[in-house]
Amino acid sequence: MTEQRQLADRESVIQVNKMNKWYGDFHVLTDINLDVKQGERIVICGPSGSGKSTLIRCLNRLEEHQEGDITVNGIELGDNVKNIEVIRKDVCMVFQHFNLFPHLTVLDNLTLAPMFVLKQPKREAEATAMKFLERVKIAEQANKYPGQLSGGQQQRVAIARSLCMNPKVMLFDEPTSALDPEMIKEVLDVMIELAEEGMTMLCVTHEMGFAKQVADRVIFMDAGQIVEENEPHEFFNNPQNDRTKLFLSQILGH
Amino acid sequence: MTETTNRARPISGPVLNRSLRWMKENLFSTPLNTVITLLCVYIIWSVLEVLVSWAVVNASFGAAKEACEAATGACWAYVHDMWRFLLFGTFPADQHWRPLLAMVMLTSGMLLSMNRRFWSPWLAVAWIVGFIAVYFVLRGGVLGLPPVRTAQWGGLTLTLVLAVVGIAFAAPLALLLALGRRSEMPLIKVVCIVIIEVFRGVPLISVLFMASVMFPLFLPEGVSIDVLLRAQIGIIFFQAAYLAEVFRGGMQAIPKGQYEAADSLGLNYWQKTFKIILPQALRLVIPPTMSTFISLFKDTSLVVIIGLFDLLAATRAAVNDPMWRQQFIEAYLFIALIYFCFCFFMSRYSAYLDNDLKKSTSH
Repeated sequence: MTEQRQLADRESVIQVNKMNKWYGDFHVLTDINLDVKQGERIVICGPSGSGKSTLIRCLNRLEEHQEGDITVNGIELGDNVKNIEVIRKDVCMVFQHFNLFPHLTVLDNLTLAPMFVLKQPKREAEATAMKFLERVKIAEQANKYPGQLSGGQQQRVAIARSLCMNPKVMLFDEPTSALDPEMIKEVLDVMIELAEEGMTMLCVTHEMGFAKQVADRVIFMDAGQIVEENEPHEFFNNPQNDRTKLFLSQILGH
Repeated sequence: MTETTNRARPISGPVLNRSLRWMKENLFSTPLNTVITLLCVYIIWSVLEVLVSWAVVNASFGAAKEACEAATGACWAYVHDMWRFLLFGTFPADQHWRPLLAMVMLTSGMLLSMNRRFWSPWLAVAWIVGFIAVYFVLRGGVLGLPPVRTAQWGGLTLTLVLAVVGIAFAAPLALLLALGRRSEMPLIKVVCIVIIEVFRGVPLISVLFMASVMFPLFLPEGVSIDVLLRAQIGIIFFQAAYLAEVFRGGMQAIPKGQYEAADSLGLNYWQKTFKIILPQALRLVIPPTMSTFISLFKDTSLVVIIGLFDLLAATRAAVNDPMWRQQFIEAYLFIALIYFCFCFFMSRYSAYLDNDLKKSTSH
């Protein structure tokens, strides 16, 4: 377990204020309030359909919210396309199904966005890409295509691809759920390393070991609401809400 | 069992041995299979025999028409006499090197474009320059070339011009229509849907007819657009409408995750479309795209109804020549062979490209 870190006096990177979202008539997120500090590691868990993926997908506007405010780095996230573009440069997402670009080599997957969005020269983008590929221990695969890699390798490439954008925040949407069990660890190791380097992370996951090891805060969601949030030690050992207790007994019980 | 004995005594050389074994396994493996094989051989032979004896054994190959009267088979003197007309139509005879040069430019341009190494924005520039060059080579009026009206362009030359220009402009137009139809901007979307549905909803013949007869009525007095150009534009829009739906199908097959990944990396609409979605979508639709191109190539023969003189029309005119009444089969076989060569080549290229692209991105 990590020691209690002093986050309260840090700057907020993401502020969500009374956010509501509907799919048609279905109220998928209800009155979400969230304040993410610089360098904070947050794990979001909850039963399936509780809205946790939808919540983080709202934070870089893959989904739009209907009510309330989301502010990222002081920029209001709304219908303004320019704002969305600016925010997406700083907030990157790692997906459950990796979503690498299958027609590009690993290296081209990593350099595409830095070259076109950040306008980096090709050489610089490639140098950065190789640096991050080495960090996720996969540099030797740079010239292969995603289809030639294992799931775990693909997810590590996807993480490296996000890192190349030099993001301020990284969102993880169940990054290990589509992996074979023996590959989960290699991806979690990369994420733990990132967390220890101070990356601001919001991570939707069922890996409770990861939550205990690196999270500053665990958020439990159910039926579109944040039901309980606490630092991990308290969250796991002393849950307050009945639904949290039930959920924890189900996933930790076996 | 039989295989082991077969392998035990090699007949003569591995090639013969292998082909014998292949025949044994594939053509004569069961009694029924043997019967079907023999039946097919018989049918193929009876057709081929007639064809070969007509086209080769009993045919006359001489250039003189008189020789034909003795021969009971095909009279290839006809093609010998008429090939210039079939290739160049009514283009002035002393200028035939010009349509020939144009055809060489168009076909070599196509062959070069098939090589993936040359795929870059420069290729589009090269094509535009090439089209301008082809246009002036045919039309003349510059560099001391005598001018030739478009009405005199004909034969295979005209077919190639219509087909290659058609493909080169229909493809990008189809791309715009497909993107427009998927757009979230209502006006653009509606305009694209209307264009696609109108052109897909009427036969090419009526598009050409409208282009040639009705369109001039809407032009202000004194303005006239060349009938060939009007037909060309009609063909482009007609095929673009079909191709747009092919492209749209390809784009719809790309998983949502690809769009989301591109969005979350901050790529804008055009970057996302041209770097992520289209390269994948177009790969998926290579076979139906090539089908559309092949049908475009053949459909150019419909321009005959508005008085243009393509390969098929030239042939039809040629067989009406009173001197050569009997030889329409030779003429049609000859141009069928020309059409087939072009279309079969396109089809093989599509299969090759499809395979090559698949191979390069997987194991």
